[in-house]
Amino acid sequence: MSTVILQTISLYMSIIPAPIVRFYHNTASPPYFYNLSNKLLPWLTVIFLLLLGYGLYGGLYLAPTDYQQGDSYRIIYVHVPAAWMSLFIYVIMAIAGAIALIWRMKIANVVLISSAPIGASFTFIALVTGSLWGKPMWGTWWVWDARLTSELILLFLYLGIISLYGAIEDKRTASKAVAILALVGVVNIPIIHYSVQWWNTLHQGPTVTKMDKPSIHLDMLVPLLVMATAFKLYYAIAMLQVAKIEILKREKNTQWVKQLVETADE
Amino acid sequence: MDSALSHSQSFEVKNLSCIRDDRILFEGLNFKISNHQVLLLEGKNGCGKTSLLRIICGFREQDAGEMFWCDTSINESEYYSDMAYVGHLDGVKKELTVLENLKMSLALGQSGNYSIEQALDKVLLAGYDDSLVQSLSAGQKRRLSLARLLITKNSLWVLDEPFTSIDKEGIKLIESLMHEHITDGGMIILTSHHDLVLHEADVQKINLSLCH
Amino acid sequence: MSLIAAFFAVIRRDLTLAFRRRAEIANPIFFFILVVTLFPLGVGANPKLLQAIAPGIIWVSALLAVMLSLDSLFRSDFDDGSLEQMLLSSHPLTVLVFAKIIAHWLVTGLPLLIVAPLLAVFLGLPEQALGTLLITLVLATPVLSLIGSIGVSLTIGLRGGGMILSLLVLPLYVPVLIFASNAVEMAGNGLAVDAQINILIAIFFTSVVLAPLPAAAAIKMSVD
Repeated sequence: MSTVILQTISLYMSIIPAPIVRFYHNTASPPYFYNLSNKLLPWLTVIFLLLLGYGLYGGLYLAPTDYQQGDSYRIIYVHVPAAWMSLFIYVIMAIAGAIALIWRMKIANVVLISSAPIGASFTFIALVTGSLWGKPMWGTWWVWDARLTSELILLFLYLGIISLYGAIEDKRTASKAVAILALVGVVNIPIIHYSVQWWNTLHQGPTVTKMDKPSIHLDMLVPLLVMATAFKLYYAIAMLQVAKIEILKREKNTQWVKQLVETADE
Repeated sequence: MDSALSHSQSFEVKNLSCIRDDRILFEGLNFKISNHQVLLLEGKNGCGKTSLLRIICGFREQDAGEMFWCDTSINESEYYSDMAYVGHLDGVKKELTVLENLKMSLALGQSGNYSIEQALDKVLLAGYDDSLVQSLSAGQKRRLSLARLLITKNSLWVLDEPFTSIDKEGIKLIESLMHEHITDGGMIILTSHHDLVLHEADVQKINLSLCH
Repeated sequence: MSLIAAFFAVIRRDLTLAFRRRAEIANPIFFFILVVTLFPLGVGANPKLLQAIAPGIIWVSALLAVMLSLDSLFRSDFDDGSLEQMLLSSHPLTVLVFAKIIAHWLVTGLPLLIVAPLLAVFLGLPEQALGTLLITLVLATPVLSLIGSIGVSLTIGLRGGGMILSLLVLPLYVPVLIFASNAVEMAGNGLAVDAQINILIAIFFTSVVLAPLPAAAAIKMSVD
């Protein structure tokens, strides 16, 4: 069965232009990936800081005060992008896991395990900011609404991956295990999300939760999208930095790493 | 009991390497074993003998290199229907009887040269059909796992220290079983501390301590 | 032997083993009964309250009981080398694992089907809900075994695997919990439960098809 899957994927991949394919194959080499990360990081950081600055300025200062919620709604500029990132990163992890299992690319394993703590942190931020938003709105520190409950379960999925990786001593085996787990998790996320949403509509009653889909004015929307992009860049920066260290750890017995260490000592 | 093989088979390994806990156990390992041949793996404890056997069985993935069965890559061949393994663990359930265990082993493979009764006879466990495995001695359990080799169809035997927990009578028994298997065209890869007595057998030896 | 023969041979073997270790089979059921008993002790024996939360109590306790029993799925085979022998078989491991899961459900899930309705009555669950309770148990307990098999095959080689197992498996149990306990609750109020049952059926078939594969892959990785 795996050969059928591979053939279908190869068919679709033949549409992709050659330079991109070459680039993809090159990134599979740890030294190439390491050097590429070093080159990209300064640029990513600059763009990130610019976007973050504009997003925060737009969200905290420029955007108009909400008619119903006053100024306390502004936390969505952190809460919503963080929640989007928590899902986005998990999907990236699942894709990396699939690549690692099917094509045995070591870098894919590195990307997976580097992304996990970052994704967990974004999930945590989404939960905390959601809770902080809830206090002025509902008067309670926690509300069992669909999004927050889903995020909580997502946090457990992340923690499961991080714990499993830490518990298995042989890191090569551990990488395979978390790849399988990430794939199983990504299949379950829509099911969990749908079931929690369904559960929520039964038990919440007629209270409308403003957290899900605020009818949003353009002036409020633009900073939100800017913040979302900024957060994606932050993920790239953080992930590449963790990945660099992980690569050095895994490749410490190879020539290129030993040379790197020697030149760094000088 | 026609067990002569109609075509030649071989198990080959190219450029195999194994890294455990950041130590390179062996690398660049090459060997090929064909019908009527024995491969004896030597080396002090911890040098990678068991890891190599586990890679050969497919329990552990190698860090580099490839394995071939009859000149085709392992995963694309009928390798698993032609090999059998007896390792450190007996691979038998202690709450089941001798007969039930062997029936299960037969279900997992294809039937070989010996029927269950003949195999039990051969390993000197005749009459123990309905004994629960937990009532057997360590030597008897070992012989039971060897019976598994006889009842299923296989050319390659992979044995990890088959002579442990065996008494002197058992040692002669194993040697005769191995001899018969080799004469019939089979192959054996094994590790052993015991001095192998296999007359007229084509024995290759590889010392893994020298494979760094 | 053929694949079908091997499949049934594995089921028969596991059932024989369970029968010979009779004492161990009862443990998950005792745990289930104990946990259900703790709830009235913890929240007070107000009949209205117990009746309202009865579906939740039954289902959370069932989840925990199944999870506790998961270790027995592969533990014995892992320890004595039988799992290795299954890996070496020319039959696909996915099918053999599926057979083991079926045997596991027969030994741990089936007794739940008998005991749970009894306990539900003690918690005051309305009689009209008992049929739905049985249906949800029949549909959902195999799913718990199937999803659980993925978790246990990932952690079988670990020391202290039990704690990580719960972290891995319980989040995945959430949809089953939501739909099953809600179906029983709605049935208790005399409402239609078609939607929930249909979703449980869908989850059942999805798990049957999709769960044994990652479980087999995880076993291959754990045996190293």
